Amino acid sequence: MNLEKVIFGFFIVLAATLNFGFFVGDIDNPAHHDVYELFAALVVSLIATVLKFGDRTQIGAVHLSTSLVADLQLIAAAMVWGYAAHVSAAGLSPEMVSRIVSLSGGALFANIVSVIILIAETIMQRR
Amino acid sequence: MILRRLRAPLILLIVLMSVSVLGLTLAPGQDEHGNVQYLSFFHAFYFISYTATTIGFGEIPYSFSDEQRLWVVVSIYLSVVGWAYTLGSVFSLLSDRSLQQAIATQRFVRAVRRLREPFYLVCGYGETGRLICSALERMGLRSVVIEIDEARVGEIELHSFSADVPALCADASSPETLKYAGLTHPHCAGVIALTNQDATNLAIAIAARLLAPKLPALCRAEHRETAANMASFGTRHIINPFERFGETLALALHAPAASQLLRWLAGLPGSTVERRRDPPRGHWIVCGHGRFGRSMVDAMDAEDLPVTIIDRNPLPDGTHRWVHGDGTGADALREAGVLQATGIVAGTSSDVDNLSIAVTARELNPGLFVILRQNQSANQALFDAFESDIAVLPSEIIAHECLAILGTPLLAPFLREVRQRDETWCAAQLERLAGRLGWTVPEVWSERVNLTRSPALYRRLMQGEHLTLDTLLRSPTDRSSTLDCEVLYLDRDDDDHLLMPAGSTVLRAGDELLLAGTRHARNDLALNLANEHTLEYLVTGKELPGGWIWERLSRDSRRPMKPLLP
Repeated sequence: MNLEKVIFGFFIVLAATLNFGFFVGDIDNPAHHDVYELFAALVVSLIATVLKFGDRTQIGAVHLSTSLVADLQLIAAAMVWGYAAHVSAAGLSPEMVSRIVSLSGGALFANIVSVIILIAETIMQRR
Repeated sequence: MILRRLRAPLILLIVLMSVSVLGLTLAPGQDEHGNVQYLSFFHAFYFISYTATTIGFGEIPYSFSDEQRLWVVVSIYLSVVGWAYTLGSVFSLLSDRSLQQAIATQRFVRAVRRLREPFYLVCGYGETGRLICSALERMGLRSVVIEIDEARVGEIELHSFSADVPALCADASSPETLKYAGLTHPHCAGVIALTNQDATNLAIAIAARLLAPKLPALCRAEHRETAANMASFGTRHIINPFERFGETLALALHAPAASQLLRWLAGLPGSTVERRRDPPRGHWIVCGHGRFGRSMVDAMDAEDLPVTIIDRNPLPDGTHRWVHGDGTGADALREAGVLQATGIVAGTSSDVDNLSIAVTARELNPGLFVILRQNQSANQALFDAFESDIAVLPSEIIAHECLAILGTPLLAPFLREVRQRDETWCAAQLERLAGRLGWTVPEVWSERVNLTRSPALYRRLMQGEHLTLDTLLRSPTDRSSTLDCEVLYLDRDDDDHLLMPAGSTVLRAGDELLLAGTRHARNDLALNLANEHTLEYLVTGKELPGGWIWERLSRDSRRPMKPLLP
């Protein structure tokens, strides 16, 4: 068993699950989407990105790019949240919540691709 | 590689920041009315960001409660350590020697790959390399340098070359390095191997032979075995400075007038050749039987001159007289017969010893002809102060030889031809040329009659016109005055060649000319060969109309071909 692989897989899957947890629920209902979960998803996604640094293989490059997409989407979602909660007069309106959730949905897709690559890589090695 | 090494600090930073932010959102605070308030993620991230980077704006949006302050104390220490660690590893990575070397190599490789004009690959930037790079620049050619000594690579950056000279600090004997430096680059015009190590020069020669067989390679070889080895696999130009000087000395002993002519033609451009006294025939003393001393002895032997050799390790060979000693003391010199000798060669590898030998010998016998070997050009002042008859500086000989090969390939066959002529011919030519062009070393250059170098002349020749050298070597502003230059050698495509061709010689397409003259004449001639209007003026004496309309109008009146002027 390779500890590095365990940690790597753990963070990638955790990023996907946290993202999924934030995403599920009615798209415009603030009660279904916890901001702490968004925070956790963002942090774990960032860590997963850093873990993918420095892999020179083709598959490593695709891994990194999916992670960067997820980061970008989640950071955008967090910024929309910050704007809605603190800057806009209307506060966290259903409209804003649906924007945040749809952005995180995009990130979820990238994370799923990441997980699929992880699975494919594991199957390819057959060990 | 860089990112892999930054992985740990970056993850640590993310974790510490997120823990601090999360903790701050969970710590209860109070607003001004005493209601319990929690910091939002936005405010917490803002606060931690400016605290962690030690900017510190104060507590927002309300003054913190003690619970919050407790957590902030924890997060300050966590995040400051995290930032310090991350920044520290980033800086240590950037100042890492191997990384800097890798970046410098990358930059060098990119600079070489981007070169879009002919360049020479110079291996070794010592005294010779410096002379060559400056001269190449003067000739308008680019150079790329490989040098093993880092201090000298730095010197290239300080030396203000007008065009960028890419330089790499690496061992030139590795083929990989040579490839990086553009050995296989389509614009590489030649390889010049000048390092101090014969083994390295040999490695460069063989790499050039195998990787770029068409490129001319100029290689310095100070040992005969190396030179023979290089010659065995077909290195085109092998330069042994001592051997070369030996040849020059032999020629000077044998044929003084020819040697004077060669010196005038092949000197460093801009220097003045004085009429010096020629090396006398008689008894010679050679101090130091190293590489230089040996080639000197060979030169004397070829002329059947009696030689006495002073060396610390005498190797009696039956033909020469040997004296044990180092020549710096009067005793050894007296024993070698300095009082009856006509000349002395101070040829040890130490400049101080050589000067000491020369000074002592001159004191004992003021009429001696002194040949001094100078090893370091830094000692130039000392050698200038002692008025030797000939001072031999190997780095200058090599640089000189390289430039002659690169700049004027026709010079070598011309000089070979001159060596075969008799003394009176050489003396007469020298008198004639120097009388016309002065005693300063003239510019020596080549011109070729083809479409790229001399389009105007080439087109006229293709139309079947007969043009003589005399027509061309005239001033473009006034055709009655001739240019200050002389054709030394004319090389024809069909292996025919003419030495000092007469002015009535008719030019043919594909001819290559070797000329000597002033810089001004060189520019004028280039204009004559390339510009149709100038050439028309030289041939007919008429100004050719410029522009299409004028050409059209004057065409009819020009139809009947004028008889060519001589």
